[in-house]
Amino acid sequence: MSKPQMREPIESGCPDGFQYMHPTMRRNFGMWDYHEDTQPGVMVHVAKNGDKLYTVKAGTQRILDVFTLRDLMDIADEYADGHVRFTIRSNIEFYTDHEEKVQPLVDALKDKGYAVGGTRNSVASISHTQGWLHCDIPGTDASGVVKSMMDELYDEFTNWNMPNRVHITTSCCQINCGGQGDIAINVQHTKPPKIDHSLVGNVCERPSVVARCPVAAIRPAMVDGKPSLEVDEKKCICCGACYPPCPPMQINDHEFTQLAIWIGGNHSNARGKPTFQRLVAAGIPNNPPRWPEATAVVKKILESYKEGARDWERINEWVERIGWPRFFEVTGLPFTKYHIDNWRGARANLNSSTHIRF
Amino acid sequence: MADIKKYPTPMLDVLEDGPWPSFISGIKNLRDNHPDERINNVTNGLLGQLEHSYETKMGYWKGGTISVFGYGGGIIPRFSEVGDKFPESREFHTLRVQPTPGNYYTTDMMRKLADSWEKWGSGLQTFHGQTGNIMFIGADNDSFQHFFDEINDYGWDLGGAGPCVRTAMSCVGAARCEQSCANEHAVHRHLVNNFTDDVHRPALPYKFKFKVSGCPNDCQNAIERADFAVIGTWRDHKKINQDHWKAFVADKGVEYVMDNVISRCHSKSLSLGEDNSLIADESNCVRSMHCMNVVPKAISPGDDKGVTILCGGKRTLKIGDLMGTVLVPFMKLETAEDYEQIVELAEEIIDFWAENGLEHERTGEMIERIGLVNFLEGIGVDPDPNMIAQPRNVSYVRTDGWDEAAEEWFNRKREEKAAS
Ligand code: SF4
Ligand code: SF4
Repeated sequence: MSKPQMREPIESGCPDGFQYMHPTMRRNFGMWDYHEDTQPGVMVHVAKNGDKLYTVKAGTQRILDVFTLRDLMDIADEYADGHVRFTIRSNIEFYTDHEEKVQPLVDALKDKGYAVGGTRNSVASISHTQGWLHCDIPGTDASGVVKSMMDELYDEFTNWNMPNRVHITTSCCQINCGGQGDIAINVQHTKPPKIDHSLVGNVCERPSVVARCPVAAIRPAMVDGKPSLEVDEKKCICCGACYPPCPPMQINDHEFTQLAIWIGGNHSNARGKPTFQRLVAAGIPNNPPRWPEATAVVKKILESYKEGARDWERINEWVERIGWPRFFEVTGLPFTKYHIDNWRGARANLNSSTHIRF
Repeated sequence: MADIKKYPTPMLDVLEDGPWPSFISGIKNLRDNHPDERINNVTNGLLGQLEHSYETKMGYWKGGTISVFGYGGGIIPRFSEVGDKFPESREFHTLRVQPTPGNYYTTDMMRKLADSWEKWGSGLQTFHGQTGNIMFIGADNDSFQHFFDEINDYGWDLGGAGPCVRTAMSCVGAARCEQSCANEHAVHRHLVNNFTDDVHRPALPYKFKFKVSGCPNDCQNAIERADFAVIGTWRDHKKINQDHWKAFVADKGVEYVMDNVISRCHSKSLSLGEDNSLIADESNCVRSMHCMNVVPKAISPGDDKGVTILCGGKRTLKIGDLMGTVLVPFMKLETAEDYEQIVELAEEIIDFWAENGLEHERTGEMIERIGLVNFLEGIGVDPDPNMIAQPRNVSYVRTDGWDEAAEEWFNRKREEKAAS
């Protein structure tokens, strides 16, 4: 049998977006003057020539089925102008240049169970990773964690209650593809990998696994007469970096894979320079299907922030102003030796002054 | 609709309650109501396996290697480790597809994509993954090539996966944002589409990401997440409409304005005049955006627009999180030559890193290992005080080339002056 003729790919790369943009966007590209936020989830942008474009933003479940996708497209045709965009946090934005369409669009979305909001000083939709649904290395689910938390934070998405916007992210392994967030809920492993020595020799490229470890805890070894890898468990920081290139080094565990919460990651250059998130809580159980313990910590942090921060302060700026001792005091979270940095550059994270609040 | 034996999902069922849209309800809808029996079955298997993960708190997908004809990457292979229990979703690969810069769609195009995906895949997709790609989740060994062929014919191409140039990301920018100082669209497509070969055929030390934000608000997290971050900015004075500003002061009151705008400028470059006008010390404006974020109607970026380029941002693995470092404080992007210049810089960086980076080492880690100066010399970029937060504080440094370096600095300054 002859081989079937394969089709050569067309290497078109990243497509041109102008063909899909709302005509008012196309016409005013680079010519916008200002915008106003008329209600949570709704913005009007005004161009220099006076053109107006209304945006309505809705939260989605991110893992979309084609029924939901078609439903959203029907809404976009019936109530808006047939052009949409997705934000970096998987919200959908509908566009129209007709003011009278806005309220019916908002109502239709709410009617059909979508959350309208996520603009200005709200808790934006949680950006998440793949989790058990689809990743090959996850310590937890992502869609389920987000669904559970957004159920609890629904009113914070649909209202403007926060001092400034809050970006929450989740990651289901310590590679942290969820990114930096004002609050980040990330997997934290607490025990070294369990190694299936019968498989390592066949499955893993041993030198590159050795090279992958951030603390040089892995070395080649013969175990039961077979080439394998050995971990110095005292050195191991349980990061799981060895697991993707070598699946027989199982890092996930139903008990010892836990969650940690980090705060203060802020990617914007607005006011201060961008900041990385900081560890505030660990030892949180990975508890499907609703992860109530993690949600409780997040809510506690949000309450304290809402209560204590000034307008426009992001979480990192609030903590910078009140100081870390007060942060632990107002949130009631324990301060432990694990909060004290010992990674490279750690001294920059210590207090070398007498600046102390009493 | 098939009359199928449904796997029980008591834990997942709990995720159908509550006000936020439920992905579980969506998947069940495909299982129960989709006209295609294949989709009913595959989503049934998926739910079964996911429930099993919820019960045991473990994941059950493993990777592998598959790709479409002619490419080496772009597909994330997923094979089930519990395929004997849930055979319907035994193969469940993801196709990463590059969206447009800024992620624009018409409803017609979305429906077309949905039709194709329904024909070949599971009916589940994400707009978009953390990589910036559209993710079509759940194609089996026999169907991913067909799905790709079909959508490739009407203008869509795969994104990057593995050690290669990855799919780029851009903010909404000039299409709908008054802060935008760049044509994110042009920057994004000039850059990533210059490297399509490197996107589709992974052969670099590790991943390489371009991200474009139209202004320093950096809505795309470019500094923290991109090897090559392009951020719009301006170098003349910002524009102040004093009438709108005074109307704002009259509306909010002086105290509010002092507390929320004037005193919050990062470089303390703002003050309030006696007539409530806004006084700006422009030489000390660091483009920290706060004033124009609060009062977009009164304050806007200047006219002499361009971009700042930073290099080396990444997340945790392996040495810890790194932010990008300023490489080019300001680059004008107007003419075709300007765009050539930014593409050439990216080529220089990628070539240097391809040669000098270790396996699985991102650009930021390489720069950390060899030092910024060696990197700059490797790519032919001159040192600039905007690249540092402050000069070194330890005396362990050899300075025997000082006079020459100082001479170069003065020569550059003379040339800049002559050119302007
Ligand atoms: S878990 Fe991390 S620290 Fe431990 S052996 Fe693996 S790579 Fe090294
Ligand atoms: S990065 Fe700046 S230009 Fe781009 S969308 Fe955000 S605020 Fe607008």
